[in-house]
Amino acid sequence: MSEITTETLPEARALSTLDALESESIHIIREVVAEFERPVLLFSGGKDSVVVLHLAAKAFWPAKVPFPVLHVDTGHNFPEVIDFRDRTVERLGLRLEVAAVQDYLDDGRLQERADGTRNPLQTQPLLDAIAAGRHDAVFGGARRDEDKARAKERILSLRDEFGQWDPRNQRPELWDLYNGRHTVGQHVRAFPISNWTELDVWRYIEREGIELPPLYYAHEREVYRRDGMWRAVSEVSPARADEAIERRVVRYRTVGDMSCTGAVESDAASVADVVREVATSTLTERGATRADDRISEAAMEDRKKDGYF
Amino acid sequence: MGDALFRFATAGSVDDGKSTLVGRLLHDSKAILADQLESVARTSAERGFGGEPGAIDFALLTDGLRAEREQGITIDVAYRYFATGRRSFILADCPGHVQYTRNMVTGATTADAVVVLVDARKGVLEQTRRHLAVVQLLRVPHVIVAVNKIDLLDYSESAFTRVADEVTALTRELGLPEAHVIPVSALAGDNIVERSANTPWYAGPALLELLEALPSLDELETELEALRMPVQLVVRPQGALAPDVADPEAFRDYRAFAGRIASGTVRVGDAVQVFPGGATTTVVGIDAGPVELASASAPQSVSLRLADEIDAARGAVIAASGSLPEPRRELDASVFQLDPRPLVPGARVLVKTGTSTVQALVTAVHGRRDLGTLALEPADRLDANDIGQVALKLAAELPVEPYADHRRAGAFLVIHPQDGATLAAAIVTPPVASAADTPIRTTTTEGAAA
Repeated sequence: MSEITTETLPEARALSTLDALESESIHIIREVVAEFERPVLLFSGGKDSVVVLHLAAKAFWPAKVPFPVLHVDTGHNFPEVIDFRDRTVERLGLRLEVAAVQDYLDDGRLQERADGTRNPLQTQPLLDAIAAGRHDAVFGGARRDEDKARAKERILSLRDEFGQWDPRNQRPELWDLYNGRHTVGQHVRAFPISNWTELDVWRYIEREGIELPPLYYAHEREVYRRDGMWRAVSEVSPARADEAIERRVVRYRTVGDMSCTGAVESDAASVADVVREVATSTLTERGATRADDRISEAAMEDRKKDGYF
Repeated sequence: MGDALFRFATAGSVDDGKSTLVGRLLHDSKAILADQLESVARTSAERGFGGEPGAIDFALLTDGLRAEREQGITIDVAYRYFATGRRSFILADCPGHVQYTRNMVTGATTADAVVVLVDARKGVLEQTRRHLAVVQLLRVPHVIVAVNKIDLLDYSESAFTRVADEVTALTRELGLPEAHVIPVSALAGDNIVERSANTPWYAGPALLELLEALPSLDELETELEALRMPVQLVVRPQGALAPDVADPEAFRDYRAFAGRIASGTVRVGDAVQVFPGGATTTVVGIDAGPVELASASAPQSVSLRLADEIDAARGAVIAASGSLPEPRRELDASVFQLDPRPLVPGARVLVKTGTSTVQALVTAVHGRRDLGTLALEPADRLDANDIGQVALKLAAELPVEPYADHRRAGAFLVIHPQDGATLAAAIVTPPVASAADTPIRTTTTEGAAA
């Protein structure tokens, strides 16, 4: 940091939408780090948590991100995503905590569901990992535009020792003053990109050159049709006898378990292609790709009340 | 896609058609996608909505929780997102009937504009007055009054003019800036996105046109105000440098004050003053992550490097040199009581403003505002949804300023010291004489906040 000539540096101007959102998110991340003892970031390798991690790196640069990341591993992850997770943690010098659903199935604390999906089984391992790490704040990449129940969630959301969300009894959120006070046993879920839309996320990924797991971009894959979605052929999501397996060019709009996430047919091979595709899409990302949210109109609300994100 | 961000809140009384207006705005600006529309159309048909087949109950688009759909009410502030060619919008949808002040206050604190709905057949109601009183106290820059259901009055100009005159009289009485009054039908879509042929006598813009054109709060204020930046934390990597920093040696002694600029602009080379202590130094660097900036303005998040080793931590405020206000321990405030437990004189609370949280004592309740007239009337406690005037004594000096001069330096939360609940939103005001000329009572200790 030697002599600085300011003539070549960018000048202040009216903030663009992305700059305004970035500024708000960095403010939130710094507030949580300043006011809590042991924050952790829930990191799945999905685009939203990748963006939160990128924002955290900017918030504390040139210092390292001052908290670990936690992955709830259902055992049904896409291998490309696990590989991406491990490379990211290595690149940023982070500590990775893993809560494995498989451990709970092996010793009988949880039982496999009849439909074979493991997404609903994440809540218990998540809450145990929060307690074991004594984490008083848990960052997540949830956005309010994803779902009607999430539209009502606060940026800082207080949870009791069962991780429960009580939508009728939330703290009012005023100005940009976040109240993170909590008592023993309570923790706070913090959602720094609450106000971002799917398109904002993609435009930001494009602007910042953020790397994502490759399955967000068009690739050829063996798939079969179920519930109006293209599902990947894998050990944990085999096709039934009556489901024809085809090779198609697809990409994923959300990345969850192989057993509940559908792909969309797409030839968007680059981030610029994806931005164009998302801008003109006529389906929501969850409606297009998530079997877990199709169960009922209040599926997300019910899972949130039980301590899910 | 729109490049600038604009935040607005919607408010209305029960049955004003607010959910329908929000649904219409989202639908007509193409923010509702096919699967959402299909789900709403299915539910509308199941419930026998409307006379015509295929009619959609737009209110269903915005009711998020099961209880809301079952009871046909809206419980809590919901946030919606849409964009036009000119702007991206964040809409805080504030329900009118349950805890209306709490919801209105929540929506108004971050809003660049508030859209208040009035039923053309009913005109200005008690709750309209209350909503506009909150808007006035919180100084939301733009007020839009949508006179809804004009279709039910056969698009009558005289009916609209009658309501518009009432609104104008009310905004004058409350000391509000002039409101933009628009005749609309949320159900039929008149003057929501495009100007309607049904109201040829109305020469003004459609609602969305107006929202695209009004300047945002930061556009209005940034140029005018002196620099303030509350320090969130000090970035000092020492041993814990990010592994991807290219030249570690250059950052060994890096030390910068991280925060979000609350007002004004900072430039490299500017003289600044730091609270507490008031020491003066010079800004030698402005960092936004690894990018160095020549200048930055509210509401950007940055890290400031200073020429001198200043002993400052979280809670410090960096201000333009010579502009730092006199720190205060005693202040008067307008309080928006949100918690059901009443606020009483003698209550011990926490005050959070900027990045400081200090203990405080409520030394007096001066009175409660009549929300019809904003006049202060005698009261010795503030109940939920009351707006009142109190005096506070802080356990430590803070550089607070009147909210009217400086939004972010004059806004604070009142927090319960034990359970951490947000009891009230509050703004610093000039000293106010007590409504009743009675001595301050300090004996009352009812309510858990006492």
